[in-house]
Amino acid sequence: MYKLPFEEINKLFEAVSLNTALYVPVKKNDTVVYEKYSENTIYAYDELNTVKSAKDFFFPQVQDIAQFKLRGKSIEIINNEEDYESFAVFGVRACDAKSFEILDKVFLAEPADPYYKERREKGVIITAACEKPDEVCFCTAFGIKPWEPSGDVSVWISGGYIYWQANTQKGLELTGKIKDIFNACEENEIEYFKAQIKNICGKLPFGNLDLKYFKETDEKDIFSSSVWDEIYKGCLGCGTCTFVCPTCQCYDIRDFDNGKTVERFRCWDSCMYSDFTKMAHGNPRKTQKERFRQRFMHKLKYFPMNNEGIYSCVGCGRCVRSCPQKLNIVKVAEAFSHD
Amino acid sequence: MQMIAEKIKEKIKELTENGKISRVMGWKKGLYGYDSEPFVFENGDLRDFTYDAFSGANLCKYMIAQSKNDGDGKILVLLKPCDTWGFELLDKEHRIKRENIYALGIPCGGMVDIEKIKKSGVKGITEISEKEDTLILKTMYGEKEVNKKDYLLDKCLVCSSKEYKDCDELFMTDLCGDTAEYDRFEEVEKLEKLSSSEKFEFWRSQLEKCIRCNACRNVCPACSCVKCVFDNDNSGVAAKANANDFEENLFHIIRAFHVCGRCVDCGECSRVCPQNIPLHLLNRKYIKDIKELYGDEDEAALLTFTTEDKEPSVVYERGKNNV
Repeated sequence: MYKLPFEEINKLFEAVSLNTALYVPVKKNDTVVYEKYSENTIYAYDELNTVKSAKDFFFPQVQDIAQFKLRGKSIEIINNEEDYESFAVFGVRACDAKSFEILDKVFLAEPADPYYKERREKGVIITAACEKPDEVCFCTAFGIKPWEPSGDVSVWISGGYIYWQANTQKGLELTGKIKDIFNACEENEIEYFKAQIKNICGKLPFGNLDLKYFKETDEKDIFSSSVWDEIYKGCLGCGTCTFVCPTCQCYDIRDFDNGKTVERFRCWDSCMYSDFTKMAHGNPRKTQKERFRQRFMHKLKYFPMNNEGIYSCVGCGRCVRSCPQKLNIVKVAEAFSHD
Repeated sequence: MQMIAEKIKEKIKELTENGKISRVMGWKKGLYGYDSEPFVFENGDLRDFTYDAFSGANLCKYMIAQSKNDGDGKILVLLKPCDTWGFELLDKEHRIKRENIYALGIPCGGMVDIEKIKKSGVKGITEISEKEDTLILKTMYGEKEVNKKDYLLDKCLVCSSKEYKDCDELFMTDLCGDTAEYDRFEEVEKLEKLSSSEKFEFWRSQLEKCIRCNACRNVCPACSCVKCVFDNDNSGVAAKANANDFEENLFHIIRAFHVCGRCVDCGECSRVCPQNIPLHLLNRKYIKDIKELYGDEDEAALLTFTTEDKEPSVVYERGKNNV
């Protein structure tokens, strides 16, 4: 473990960015986003999370796949073979770090998704412990420890210092390249800080969110429960929850025809939308109730059924904060736990 | 507010017992005191019913779906003054079955924006109680009191009228707070004063944040097409993704034009935006222009023609003066 005075954090960013492109959470135009580091970057360390999650780095909202060009009577197919640069993402929280493991199960299962795989290989994840968890956080319900975030490197910002610890081979390699900037440090210097975060997490109102109903009830019974009839009605059918979610992984593949060339692209899709998984016969989920139910069944039942009981939610709280009408997965779980 | 909520509950019970209504579209208490959600209360069960400082959501658009089936009986919808303007629009445009709705106008003294409280640095809010204008926030990091007038929703900051439209009954509406002293066109005027390139930059930097979640469209009482062109595969412009970095800009400009002359300035588009884009300013600019070009009185300026109407060339004249 190493440390550096927090006021010299830009020295750290500088050193990392000399080796690889670096992305840092910043406040920008009344929102919080990851921005490529430059000397003007001001790390938004007091913001718990970015509005959109970090999944964009590996599974971007839009991804060009191929172009089809008409040449006389033949069609030329040009695959998009862009070279991805290596990069590091700084300040990822424990919840988002866990979300990558969930996305891996989808995109790295054979046949692996080549775009995702390459980005995962080229990306270094530098996580930051959560000094001040918020009431919307419930990551601990999924066994996540915000005082000990995973990732290639973990950092803790405490007592005027930033502490740096490499966890993986990738993390060790990056550390090797920049370690000259750091001061030496005892392994146990941040134990008190970790205990402090752990203590705060004990106060999270939904840190022990009750998911017993979803775990123990047959999926057909949950599916046909009358609770859904009550709880979906405020849903606007917008895609906010799915687009800010770090684990929502559904996408659509579309062709954009500009008259001369057809561009094939992949983009995030939302189970909240009326044309989601539309097939020749139409849409299998005709009402908002069915679409609303699908989202939570997927996260809390279907995904764990197919993945050794792992839920497809990391409790980051983004949907809790962003839903325009204040519906969310916590309310859904609560509605069923009282059933 | 709690007293008002209790009185509304009594009123609902009375209307239910008299057989005037079968269910209620109102707000249900949330998990943290600031997250009341739109909810349909059925069978006279008003458990967790609330009307508090965070009941900012406009419930009028839900009436499209809720009034559709004649067999369901009448639904009571609770409407604040600005909510009734959208409700009236839906009625005028025949988007709702008015006969299946009982519209109850309720008092409003301005609604609070929880994001503004959070941005002031308050974290970990687990409970909120109201004492007149004071909000007592219980948080994971201690207790704090704030004045709700300091954290009103943007739409409430420029509250321009307490006039109720198209309601079946007004309830305790003499308890309405005052309208705001701010001029709702002030922000638009500030933008008008910018140079063309500054305006362009302003809107580019705001609209580039858009994630195409469609919340603005879905909540808008003027956006009531049965199938939106952007959801229609056969339209050729259905888009879940942006073909280039100007497309989401165009989406918002087109949407603003589409609701132009119909937008009631309820402010919901900006309230629901997860990226805090001040979308209402686009619409408000059009409202201001219509007022200036066609006068205050003409309610359907863009649907009617008179020989006194401005010629299209007004665009060039105004462009020269950078309005």
